[in-house]
Amino acid sequence: MPDMRIETAGSNALIVYFGAPDAGIDDTAAAQVAACADALRAQNPRWLEDLVASYGSLLVVYDPLLVDPLTVRACVRNCALVDASHHQEGQLIRLPVYYHPEVGPDLADVAKRANMSVEQVVSIHHDTIYRVYAIGFAPGFAYLGQVDERIATPRLATPRTKVPKGAVAIADRQTAVYPAASPGGWNLIGRCPTPMFDPKADPCMPVQSGDRVQFYPITRDEFIAAGGSL
Amino acid sequence: MNTVEVIKPGVLALLMDAGRKGQHGLGLTTGGPLDADAFFWANTLVRNTPNATAIEVSVGGMELRANAEVQIAVTGAQMPLFIDGNPRAIWQSHTVAAGSTIKLDFAKQGARAYLAVAGGFDVKPQFGSTATVVREGIGGLNGSALATGDALPVLAQRPTDDQMLPVNLWPTYPQHPVLRVIEGYQVAHFSAAQRALFYSHEYQLSQQCDRMGYRLRGPALQCDIGGIVSEGICLGAIQVPADGQPIVLLNDRQTIGGYPKIGSVFSADLALLGQLMPGATVSFAPISAEAAHAELLLAERRRLAATQQLERLS
Repeated sequence: MPDMRIETAGSNALIVYFGAPDAGIDDTAAAQVAACADALRAQNPRWLEDLVASYGSLLVVYDPLLVDPLTVRACVRNCALVDASHHQEGQLIRLPVYYHPEVGPDLADVAKRANMSVEQVVSIHHDTIYRVYAIGFAPGFAYLGQVDERIATPRLATPRTKVPKGAVAIADRQTAVYPAASPGGWNLIGRCPTPMFDPKADPCMPVQSGDRVQFYPITRDEFIAAGGSL
Repeated sequence: MNTVEVIKPGVLALLMDAGRKGQHGLGLTTGGPLDADAFFWANTLVRNTPNATAIEVSVGGMELRANAEVQIAVTGAQMPLFIDGNPRAIWQSHTVAAGSTIKLDFAKQGARAYLAVAGGFDVKPQFGSTATVVREGIGGLNGSALATGDALPVLAQRPTDDQMLPVNLWPTYPQHPVLRVIEGYQVAHFSAAQRALFYSHEYQLSQQCDRMGYRLRGPALQCDIGGIVSEGICLGAIQVPADGQPIVLLNDRQTIGGYPKIGSVFSADLALLGQLMPGATVSFAPISAEAAHAELLLAERRRLAATQQLERLS
């Protein structure tokens, strides 16, 4: 039986946590979150309004006029008990990145901190296969982990007021592509020309929670040809 | 196409339906009216379905011109309503002649009013909803707040009698509400003494209050953990960052976050918070999840009964 507990979140939501408390980021727990979310979506009860999957937790939002909290709790418990060991892994999505100080102003600092060359940082970043642990912060912002410990870098002491669209960044052991220009405190190491959120496209995002992502390096010319802007 | 034209948007005017559901997987928030009850009544008074698109007017100062005959209703905050310069009552519908101006002055009490038009504003939904979330650039006319010159399409309607909500059924917006809290999330990481501190003191609304959340000021709350792995945030969640000053997260909140939460404000009390302006004070009291649920069902029954008691004005 998976290690899990269910807590009340509000008058229309509860949250289920997987894995041991304080275990941090854990792939087994992430697989259980995905399996539980899939089981709930498959049942698709009338009262289910929304789900937020994030690392080791799943927030279940319901319509309290259609169901009572105990019924939701029982249903979520059943869905949480599904065997996640055979859970279908998400798709592997490959995303191009132009890694260069021109678009990665923190690349030199990340390398210096890691005591390695910029080339080594770049190759470690694109050799790793990441999991999409959560989507949030802004539409299309996918939290990817885990970044190799050797190049993990804490957030900037002072966040930038504007990070450009497509910026590829690292914060501790997480990495992400900024879907739109926004303020941000992550370390910028490159830029991705693939739109991460386009409300007019279908699907409007190239990745989903539970997918895996691998980056591959492209040149400046390839970046521009793919629609990237400097 | 009949339209209502924006002459002046005032402080903040947003096209709004009941909110966006089922899109958290994309990182999209819910949006929707901060005072869901007043929003319901604005639509009901003009015989719309509860999810029809209306305008949420924050603070006031909005002026519109009807380019065709329309029936409107205003509910919520006490914003003086003028049609062609003549004062008109809120909590009732009015038939407005083509060419008339509709003005909502600054609120005397409360902060959010709702202006609905019979048939609803005819706006194309995005991700299943017309709710405007400015931070995301989603919903409304083009993801933005209303601006001077915007023409809001309205479906032509057959004229119907005006009607009003009887005065004894108007909601009241207390100046110092007690907001009930459903304890949950990381409540176990707040000691009994910290919870007692939270429930026994007033908190003041700071200047940092918007549709994302209301940042409060009062006795700092201590939690025995600094941060958590980011997790889903529900409507009304009370997040306590390192400075100990609680933030109540509202309709335009980020969908995930990593600060500890003591619980959530009961959804039925969020309208009271949404109707307050910076500087107002609130206090908190715990309510069990079961009692809160029973109260939601009761409120729904009462509201259903009230819809049968509308008074016809001819």
